[in-house]
Amino acid sequence: MAQAGIEQTETMTVREAIRQALREELDRDDDVYMMGEDIGDMGGVLAVTGDLIDEFGEERVRDTPISEAGFVGAATGAAATGTRPVVEIMFSDFMGVSMEQTMNQMAKMRYMFGGKTEMPVTIRTTEGGGMGAASQHSGTVHAWIAHFPGLKAVSPGTAESAKGLTKAAIRSDDPVFVFENKMIYERQGEVPTDPEFTVPIGEAAVEREGSDVTVLATQRLVGDSLDVAEDLAGGTSVEVIDARSLYPLDTDTIVESVEKTGRLVVADESPLSYGIHAEVATRAMENAFFSLDAPIQRVGTPDTHIPFSPTLEDEVLPDGDDVREAIGRIT
Amino acid sequence: MSDYTLDSAEGRVEALRRMLTIRSFDETAGERFADGEIPGFVHLYVGEEAVGVGTCAALNDDDYIASTHRGHGHCIAKGLNPKYMMAELYGKADGYCNGKGGSMHIADVDAGMLGANGIVGAGPPMATGAALSIDYQGRDQVAVGFLGDGAVAQGQVHEAVNLASTWNLPAIFVIENNRYGEGTPVEQQHNVDNLSDTAAAHGIPGVTVDGMDVTAVAEAVEEARKRARAGDGPTMIEAETYRYRGHYEGDEQVYRDEDEVERWREQDPIASFKERLIDRGELTEAVFEEMQAEAQATIENALAYAKEADDPHPSEAYEDMFGDSVPEIERFAQQATARTDGGDH
Repeated sequence: MAQAGIEQTETMTVREAIRQALREELDRDDDVYMMGEDIGDMGGVLAVTGDLIDEFGEERVRDTPISEAGFVGAATGAAATGTRPVVEIMFSDFMGVSMEQTMNQMAKMRYMFGGKTEMPVTIRTTEGGGMGAASQHSGTVHAWIAHFPGLKAVSPGTAESAKGLTKAAIRSDDPVFVFENKMIYERQGEVPTDPEFTVPIGEAAVEREGSDVTVLATQRLVGDSLDVAEDLAGGTSVEVIDARSLYPLDTDTIVESVEKTGRLVVADESPLSYGIHAEVATRAMENAFFSLDAPIQRVGTPDTHIPFSPTLEDEVLPDGDDVREAIGRIT
Repeated sequence: MSDYTLDSAEGRVEALRRMLTIRSFDETAGERFADGEIPGFVHLYVGEEAVGVGTCAALNDDDYIASTHRGHGHCIAKGLNPKYMMAELYGKADGYCNGKGGSMHIADVDAGMLGANGIVGAGPPMATGAALSIDYQGRDQVAVGFLGDGAVAQGQVHEAVNLASTWNLPAIFVIENNRYGEGTPVEQQHNVDNLSDTAAAHGIPGVTVDGMDVTAVAEAVEEARKRARAGDGPTMIEAETYRYRGHYEGDEQVYRDEDEVERWREQDPIASFKERLIDRGELTEAVFEEMQAEAQATIENALAYAKEADDPHPSEAYEDMFGDSVPEIERFAQQATARTDGGDH
C-alpha cells in the first residue's frame, strides 16, 4: 500500500528495490559507503549489490576479508567518528561471529557514553530457509536483535517496504538491522520512485483490510498470508499486516486491528519459543485483552534448525498452509 | 599537535605532570573504592603511566584513542578533566557519561577518546573503524587502539589489525604488556617471544619498547604516526610495563609475590623520568615536589566536586538509548517522571 502523497511507482522485485535504495542513498550522502564479503565485483552472494561498484567505485563498495568481527567492529568505530557505513553480513547465521561488536559496542556506546555519540550504522543481512542451504545458512535470527536493547530491527515483506526501510535505516543515526528474507528477492511489487520516499521505522502497514481475523506477518509470510487471504475471501475476511519494523514495534496498528477483528494469528519464520510471536501476542493481550474472542495463534519454525533435505525443510518451514490452518482453528 | 610533546623541556615537564596526575587520580580512586564510596569495579593504571602519556604526547589533539578497562590513565593523558572523570566514577549526573558508564566506560568522543571498554580486545576494532573514517574522509589524523597483553589472544584483535593492514588505514595498536592477563602470567597465555611478533602475521611492523620509559614510548608512537600519515599503514607497538596494583581493586594477587612488584618499582616511570629531567637541568627537586602537591590538589578538588555533585534523576535511565525515543521505553520514562513529580529536578 503506497504512502499518502506518493503517486509515481514502478514495478520491481525486492532485490531491485533494495539496490535502488542503496543507490539513492549512496548518491544522496557522500558519508555513506558499503562494506561486506563479495559485494563488489561479485555483486553480493545473492546479487543484491549487483553492479553498484561500477557506479560508486571500490572506496564506497568495499569488499572485506571474511572477518565479521573485524568489519562489524570497524563499522561501529567508523559510525562513532563521522561516517555512515552500510554493512552486508552475507547470511544472518554469521552474525554470531560479530555478536560481541554488536551487543557490547554498537548497541551500548550511545547509552554508556551518556548520549555523546551517534551510531549511524546499517547492517543488512539475509535470513530464512527454502533453498536447501541447511542449518548454517538458513536461520531466522532477527529476534536476537529485536530483543537486544539499543538496536533497531526491520524485516520487509514487500518490495515497497524493502526500499523504504533500507533508506530509513541508512538515514537513521541509530544502528538498524535490515533482515531480508532470501526467498522473496524475486517477489515483485509497486515501489515509489520518489528518492525522498522512506518507510518510517516503527510503523506497520495494513496490506489488506479484513474484519474476521488479523494476521500479523513478517517477511516471506506477508506474501503467503496475502495469498491465503485472497483464497479465503468471501468466506473469511482476513486482515493482513506487515509488521515491517520489529523493534520498535507498531503496537497501535496491531491493537487497532485486533479490536476490530477479535482474532490474531502471528506468522513469523523465527523459532516459536521466546520470540517475535510471544512479543506480539503479549502486546495484544496487554492492550486488547477484552477484544480477543479466541486464543492467539502462532505460525513459525517449531524450534528446530533448518534441515537440508527438501522433504525435511518443507516439514519445518512455516508457509501459507500453516497460516490457513491457524486461521481455521479460530474462525 | 598535542599540547605537550617530548621534544621541548616544557613538554617533558608537562608529561611528568600528567603522569603525576594519573598516579594521584588512581591512588585516590583506589582508596575511595576501598572505603566503599565508588560502586562497581575499578582497574588502576599505577605503574603504567609512561605508556598512556608517551603515546598521547606523540599524537595530535584531534587524533583518536580507543582505550581498555584500565582507562583512567589514557583519559588524563588525552586531556580529559579529572573532575568529570571522578564524577563519573561516583555515578554523578555530570560525569563524562552522565553516570551511565562508570570507571570502565569513560568516553569523550569530541576529545578523541572513544571510550574505556569493559571487553578485553574491543579497542582495536574501534581504532580500525576510526581510522576508516579518517581515511575515507581524507582527514589528517590517526587512531590508536590500546590493548593489554591478554587481549593479544582475542580473535577480534587480529581481525581488526588484519583489516587495518589490508586497507592500509592510519591506525596504531599499542599493547600494554603488564605481564599478567587478569591473574595469569603472559607466558601462560601466548607462545611468542614478544607480543609484537604477531604483527608479522599481518604484514606490518611490530616493535617492543620499554614501557617504563615515557620517551621510548613517545618515539615509537611518533614513528608509527609518521608512517600512518605517510600512507604506509598501521604499526604494532608493545610497551613492556607493569601494574603495581591488582587486576582490579580487591584482587588478592595470589599469582605474584611482593618482591616482584618491588623490583619493578625500582624502574618507576615517574621517578626515573624525574631523575632524567633533573640531570638535564630541566627540573629541580623543589619544583617536582610542588608539581606533586599540585597534582594531589587537582585530584582532591576533583574528589570534592564528585562527592558534592548531583545524582542523575531516575528518569535519565531511559534517555540516550536511541537518537529518537521509542514507545517501548518512553512509557517507563513517563512513569519515572510522574513518580518523582514535585521533586527538585
